[in-house]
Amino acid sequence: MSVCVQTEDFSIEAEIAALSAGRGDIGAVVSFTGLVRDNGGALRGMELEHYPGMTEKALQEIHDHAVHRWSLDGARIIHRVGPLAPGERIVLVLAASRHRQDAFEAASFMMDFLKTRAPFWKKETGADGQAHWVDARESDESAAALWLDDEEE
Amino acid sequence: MKILYFAWLRERIGTGRETLELPDSLTTAAELIDWLKAREARYAAAFEDPSVIRIAIDQVQAEPDASILGAREIAFFPPVTGG
Repeated sequence: MSVCVQTEDFSIEAEIAALSAGRGDIGAVVSFTGLVRDNGGALRGMELEHYPGMTEKALQEIHDHAVHRWSLDGARIIHRVGPLAPGERIVLVLAASRHRQDAFEAASFMMDFLKTRAPFWKKETGADGQAHWVDARESDESAAALWLDDEEE
Repeated sequence: MKILYFAWLRERIGTGRETLELPDSLTTAAELIDWLKAREARYAAAFEDPSVIRIAIDQVQAEPDASILGAREIAFFPPVTGG
């Protein structure tokens, strides 16, 4: 399985080991881990909602797009859902390649697309107990759009 | 037709999924939204600002003018905020 949506935590070390097991040709593994920020103590926790079925498809498309565009020897996306506390891991993206440049770019691409294309929604609960849905950021959309501009050149 | 709602759309409408008999005259997602808005005030409130409504037809993101003919599942949700 190259992509996974799950409530439980993941081990970065175990995931990297699984991606590179038995391989002598991989020279670089780039990993990105997203964590729950507490916004200076203003956040008590969050709940991540998703669209079962579409989420897995969207993540697989992002994964396949990265593997197709860069010279990768493996890639992995794990995204957690459900209740999460500050400091907890939310998302893991791994990109493995012979050389680091492809792995760096592919990992960055997968994160930019995940943030704007995969159907997840965060509901934050503040220290005061008030819950609110997080607004999408225009800067995330711009970051994803830049990758597509590159493809059209 | 199976209709799904997520995040604050789900909360405002009061359900995450429902199966509705749609009139044959509805051909696009935008027409479906207008039809829903005319049904009840909670839909009208949830779909008030079209700029924050995203649409998926059979689990693929689509534009408001996309055809819903033959679709099995249509989902409405706000812009995504994962990662």
